[in-house]
Amino acid sequence: MHEHAVLAEGLRKRYGKKNDATHALDGFDLAVRAGTVHGLLGPNGAGKTTAVRILATLLKPDGGQARVAGVDVTRDPRAARARIGLVGQYAAVDEGLTGRQNLELFGRLFHLGARRARTRAAELLDRFGLTEAADKGAGQYSGGMRRRLDLAASMILAPAVLYLDEPTTGLDPRARGEVWDAVRTLVAGGTTVLLTTQYLDEADRLASRITVMDRGRAIADDSPDGLKDRVGGDRVEVVVAEHADLPAARAVLARVAGTDPRTDESERRVHAPVTDRVAALTEVARTLQREGIAVEDLALRRPALDDVFLRLTGQEAAA
Amino acid sequence: MSTVTTPADTLGGRAYWAVADCWTLVRRTLLNYRRQPIAIVWQLGFPIVSVLLYGFVFGSAMRVPGGGDYREFLMPGMFTMTMAFGLMNTATAVVSDSGKGVVDRFRSMPMAPSAVATGRGLSDLLVAAAELAILAATALAIGWTSDGGTGPTLLGFGLLLLLRFSLIWVGVWCGLMVPNTEAAGALYAVIFPVTMISSVYVAPSLMPSWLGPVAAWNPISSTVTATRELFGNPGADGGTWVEQHAVLMAFAWPLVLTAVFLPLAVRRYQALSR
Repeated sequence: MHEHAVLAEGLRKRYGKKNDATHALDGFDLAVRAGTVHGLLGPNGAGKTTAVRILATLLKPDGGQARVAGVDVTRDPRAARARIGLVGQYAAVDEGLTGRQNLELFGRLFHLGARRARTRAAELLDRFGLTEAADKGAGQYSGGMRRRLDLAASMILAPAVLYLDEPTTGLDPRARGEVWDAVRTLVAGGTTVLLTTQYLDEADRLASRITVMDRGRAIADDSPDGLKDRVGGDRVEVVVAEHADLPAARAVLARVAGTDPRTDESERRVHAPVTDRVAALTEVARTLQREGIAVEDLALRRPALDDVFLRLTGQEAAA
Repeated sequence: MSTVTTPADTLGGRAYWAVADCWTLVRRTLLNYRRQPIAIVWQLGFPIVSVLLYGFVFGSAMRVPGGGDYREFLMPGMFTMTMAFGLMNTATAVVSDSGKGVVDRFRSMPMAPSAVATGRGLSDLLVAAAELAILAATALAIGWTSDGGTGPTLLGFGLLLLLRFSLIWVGVWCGLMVPNTEAAGALYAVIFPVTMISSVYVAPSLMPSWLGPVAAWNPISSTVTATRELFGNPGADGGTWVEQHAVLMAFAWPLVLTAVFLPLAVRRYQALSR
């Protein structure tokens, strides 16, 4: 087993004519450890999808190299294709066929032969909780079921590396949960997952390591906690009951934290990073009470990935 | 757990999988029709309604140069028009597959890359053959016959399928050019007049002198006139060279269309990875 399931070095790709070309990738590096979920995060147009398409042999890079499970994707795309699975932004299933027919079809195209394609389809339907709906048309499936069928289709060969390109975009929260469970099951079975997403909480929940992209390059690569630590550790967060109390609460927090707190007017929320965590929290609580400010919520929070994102890219997260 | 199988890297291995993968994709289309057999009836709706409308409503007002029954004259036109409209099936299937990421998935799989095109082509030809069979049965029911004998009749249907074959590549190319199925639907705005300005409904010799030659040189007209001739149906004689050599032109036009659009479609498909 290779230590790195995906290894990309200096990938470059640009679209358009020479003069007004846009660099989708501009020296992109990525190292994904085998057996993990690796998140690829970035604002729209950062180059996430271009990177995944190159790693999935769909697009040829202009420069740099990439290896997937030890195979060079540009030199030997066919060998690479036997080691990868791809789940794109749309459920790539045939809506005119049943779930079972879809999986048997893909099984045959993966050259399993008719009988093994049939048994593999049954296994996967069972594993993704689709046995009951197996003989219904995929067009009648819910969004979450269609996604799970899509995941199952990408798992027919039990690929070493699975690319999930924004797998929960457009799904309701329940369906997102279903997809997350399915992804966790896959990783438990030894698959390496490269997940691109715009949802920071999704990367936070699933990924053990995150690469943040901006303008075609990797600008940070760390564990979710490591990234959060870069923003400066824990923070105290106050939500006041009355909008009028916001400036007073802000003043209290500024005094205790010793920095300028950030304010969210619409949610009546102020927060500031603190170092001496519990002491600061107690101090804020005591002062707020003494000044008679009605509080709806008061808590010590880990920074969210949104903060990391904002700090690193200077842009608000898309979600 | 299944093992990883790459296609054998020998020439024979590749050829085997090119055929096997093509057949798997043909089965996919056929399964779609088996689950929704009504789809084929919808596709035949327009020609069948045309047969009834033109054959019975306008039929008595229609003139066939040299005399003859208008419905006999009309049927080769309907066969050809069904083949021409088949272009829409191809384009819609291609654009729907690429829009939903099915083409991306195929391209990321260790299957034979050629199968995406050959599978599409063979499926479309089989569906076209089924359409012709249903339409021919309808035609026989309203009194159409082929008086040309077995050989010429089979050649006539062969030429119809040859036209359909050449339009597969036009359809694949169109399907890869347009962004979505709605845009593919707009192709009707092109195909409909192209099939009308031909010898499908009216003989070019009866059209205004500036339009007649355009209609006569329409590739669709050559197949229509050739099949009229081969089926022994009326209206096959025309004054122009292209009408007098209709069978030859019914071979030539599809070959020209294929020679132009097959490379265009292949290049467009390869451009997906650039």
